[in-house]
Amino acid sequence: METTIEKTKSRSLASETWRRLKKNKGAIIGLIFLVVLVIAALASGFIYDYDTQIIGQNISQRLQRPSSEFWFGTDQVGRDIFARILYGARYSLSISAGSVLIGLITGIILGAVAGFYGGLADDIIMRIADVLYAIPNIMIAVVIVSLLGSSTINLLLALSVSAATSFARITRASVMTIRGQEYIESANAIGMPNWKIILKHVIPNCLSPIIVQVTLLIGTTIIAASSLSFLGIGVPAPAPEWGAMLSEGRDFMRSASYICIIPGLVIMATVLALNLLGDGLRDALDPKMKT
Amino acid sequence: MTNIILEVQDLKKYFTTAKGQLHAVDGVTFQVEKGTTLGIVGESGCGKSTTGRSILKLIEPTSGKILFNGEDITHYDKRKMRPLRTEMQIIFQDPFSSLDPRQTISQIISEPLIEHNLVKGRQAIEKRTLELMDTVGLASRLVNTYPHELDGGRRQRIGIARALAVNPQLIVCDEPVSALDVSIQAQVLNLLKKLQKDLGLTYIFITHDLAVVKYFSDNIAVMYLGQMVEKSSSDDLFKSPTHPYTQALLSAIPYPIVGKDKPERKLIKGEITSPVNLPDECRFSKRCDYTVEKCLERNPALKEISPGHFVACARVE
Repeated sequence: METTIEKTKSRSLASETWRRLKKNKGAIIGLIFLVVLVIAALASGFIYDYDTQIIGQNISQRLQRPSSEFWFGTDQVGRDIFARILYGARYSLSISAGSVLIGLITGIILGAVAGFYGGLADDIIMRIADVLYAIPNIMIAVVIVSLLGSSTINLLLALSVSAATSFARITRASVMTIRGQEYIESANAIGMPNWKIILKHVIPNCLSPIIVQVTLLIGTTIIAASSLSFLGIGVPAPAPEWGAMLSEGRDFMRSASYICIIPGLVIMATVLALNLLGDGLRDALDPKMKT
Repeated sequence: MTNIILEVQDLKKYFTTAKGQLHAVDGVTFQVEKGTTLGIVGESGCGKSTTGRSILKLIEPTSGKILFNGEDITHYDKRKMRPLRTEMQIIFQDPFSSLDPRQTISQIISEPLIEHNLVKGRQAIEKRTLELMDTVGLASRLVNTYPHELDGGRRQRIGIARALAVNPQLIVCDEPVSALDVSIQAQVLNLLKKLQKDLGLTYIFITHDLAVVKYFSDNIAVMYLGQMVEKSSSDDLFKSPTHPYTQALLSAIPYPIVGKDKPERKLIKGEITSPVNLPDECRFSKRCDYTVEKCLERNPALKEISPGHFVACARVE
């Protein structure tokens, strides 16, 4: 008897997920890219001096094409694009990840409550979400930032509002299908309180679409954050935010297209990496994919 | 009379729909003695599952009374019901949707133990889980598998083990075998019967299959459109079925006889009447072969025709 217990010792969910994730090449490539990017973003603060190398202008070496000296070339005022990309990862990643995280938590809670209880709670939460959904994200963000004042925290809040509405919708839809399942009734039959049922049975079962949405939304938020920078209410101008770099380079599209193309490629690669990782995670978290 | 574990009096459950009141359960009364099995039989939509779920308060009854061991639980809320959850449990019909697909077998079975703090310490929980798996005939190597990896019979065994985990007195079996293959049905039924004998369980056995309850029940109640039309001991019901609906249900049981000796089938015409806004007449009258004027005058009440044998039919009044 003792040996059976020993043999069947269960692996934790995290190690089980990791074991399955390792088998997915795309997800691992995405994960490596993101890890490298995060390390580079952290390291860039020690490698480069912000005032001279990141925002300091140097007209003598402006508009240089990518070379061994400047891997990604220099922009219209002679700043090293490679350095700015690395440093900019700090802004882009933290703003998008932060606002998606805030939106994720509030959205899941509101969506789960709306879907699980239905009735009045559902009506109130979802009508507010509908109203917010009907207004373009940028507009909501503009209103929030101009009301609260321009700062990174307010920018985070502004971007998280639209993330929260989309998470609330997705969560509610999955929760409504899960609510009718017999295993929820079975949890009721052992007297589990509702909050515990939501946390233990409902949310884990609607994670797949949410994880995919997280990875998609981080990409969209990177772009939304840069649009706000462009409008002057995001990260202020000289800071090397990716979207801001992209829009600053527009005037030089014909003569020095790399100024635009490189930040664009970096944004694309980041979003792609996030999507690959998200796909892999969704599969790895689903016990039905267990091999 | 202290032997009565469950008493249900005039239980009603109405659902409000766009067309009017849907009478899912409409005045059901019965008692269950400790250690016995009450079979509730009827076709789909007759309110038998709603009755079962109301007893466990998974559905809030509209009116009526539910007494569990003499305790009136009709108006208990979720919190007050909680200690009673270890006394009564349910086994669900569909073993494919009654188990959380994201939990392993051991998590599913140990959840009630942890929720009610019945066993303390990880090793003790693990030990009790394996014990329960052994009781229902699941190999211990399956402890870390997920439900989708197992077949219907094994899944249903998990459901049974989960229900047994809290050591309940009463188990509502809501069509526990109707989603299973016939060969596996017999195994699960034998298991349930063995558990009843070993643990002294009381069952409320809900099914549409009279052949199953015949094997299983001490008493049988036949339901039609939210009401009980016949109620008696199992032997009595099979020997002298009185209500035309019961007769039709009985004749639907397949007999292993070929040729001329095969008993004639009594088939019911038409479909079940809509349970919304019912008129005051015999609810079976539209499908009954013997409908007379008296049947349309009012809905007949249950009447005792011989000791312990109740029938609701205008013709026996």
